[in-house]
Amino acid sequence: MSRTRFFDEAGAAVADVADGSTVLVGGFGMAGMPVALIDALIDQGATDLTVVSNNAGNGDTGVAALLAEGRVRKMVCSFPRQHDSWVFDGLYREGKVELELVPQGNLAERMRAAGAGIGAFFCPTGVGTPLAEGKETREIDGRTYVLEHPIRGDVALIGAHRADRMGNLVYRKTARNFGPVMATAATTVVAQVGEVVEVGGLDPEAVVTPSIYVDRVVTV
Amino acid sequence: MSPSRPLTKQKMAALVARDIPDGAFVNLGIGQPTSVADHLAPGTGVVLHTENGMLNMGPAAAVGEEDPDLTNAGKQPVTELPGASYFHHADSFAMMRGGHLDVCVLGAFQVSATGDLANWHTGAPDAIPAVGGAMDLAIGARSVFVMMTLFAKDGSPKLVPECTYPLTGVGCVDVVYTDLATFDLTPDGVVVRETFGITPAELAGRLDVLRS
Repeated sequence: MSRTRFFDEAGAAVADVADGSTVLVGGFGMAGMPVALIDALIDQGATDLTVVSNNAGNGDTGVAALLAEGRVRKMVCSFPRQHDSWVFDGLYREGKVELELVPQGNLAERMRAAGAGIGAFFCPTGVGTPLAEGKETREIDGRTYVLEHPIRGDVALIGAHRADRMGNLVYRKTARNFGPVMATAATTVVAQVGEVVEVGGLDPEAVVTPSIYVDRVVTV
Repeated sequence: MSPSRPLTKQKMAALVARDIPDGAFVNLGIGQPTSVADHLAPGTGVVLHTENGMLNMGPAAAVGEEDPDLTNAGKQPVTELPGASYFHHADSFAMMRGGHLDVCVLGAFQVSATGDLANWHTGAPDAIPAVGGAMDLAIGARSVFVMMTLFAKDGSPKLVPECTYPLTGVGCVDVVYTDLATFDLTPDGVVVRETFGITPAELAGRLDVLRS
């Protein structure tokens, strides 16, 4: 009996997300975006959320839909401005959503640090740029680094390709993106998958996210 | 002999492609740098990295064969070549920061004589900033090539003594490919490698970075 819980519909898997939560949302554009979980979160009603995701929504679905419903207080992301980010653009210009802009690699590594028990780390990205202003720097072996702190989520919503009944996950192509990192960095990790196979149905050598990180799996 | 006309975008892309060593691991930034891929000769063994977690990325997907799970950094549907590999975002950016990428090619608003790069934000108060992977690439790849027009639409140079736009990275650019000239940014200053449709003397008359 695995500790991971399995759900046939997304609503039950996100029922306990509290107002004010920090929610890590996987996906790069729409690849790997857990749309069914986000739709369920919209129905569930949690608000005043901090959403950590690479983009600030594309089109009118996924993170864009959550933003459009007014549930997001703050976006932490690397690339909000895109040709199809009209929902975020409008809210940002009206001052209705905060933005913390983070270089994409720092976004990933800060979540990796959270999941790996690292207190903070010195990173060369952004040295001498506005995104490092006010942050501690240190010279190490002749190179300057910026101190970066972990980003931890209360909940991670990620998309994966397949799970087994243990809760191990595999991904598909570039839809993997932030999923494996976010799965390590949140208190409660919810994965939407296309299929759940029996224990033994995934090649252990090919498992990307081991079951220890995965709390809930929803088949979509 | 330098051609007597400024380079088209296609010719700039071909010039950049020519300078990418065989077997190099290369990241092409979104926008114009993406077109460099069209000019990499078959058999060079160049491996394209895309920040969203793939090595040996192939060309754009044919109409009708797009896979929503297989995109490039610009979120366009692409293909995989034999020998491709997938990895998560923290690994993808560790490859950059760890100095494993040989070359990245980026666009720019401005480049300074000492190799500072500005390419993510105009600083305009109403602009929505977006940085993506630009800062990680700029400081991570072993060689950073920039592709841009040499002059902005208002005629001001984009290769400047000091950037006025917010920086992406400090002292990170090695070579600047433009429509009018190619420049090497060296510890001894800006060196004109080649000119296109402009004489070196005319160029020096229009660029402060060449009048030190």
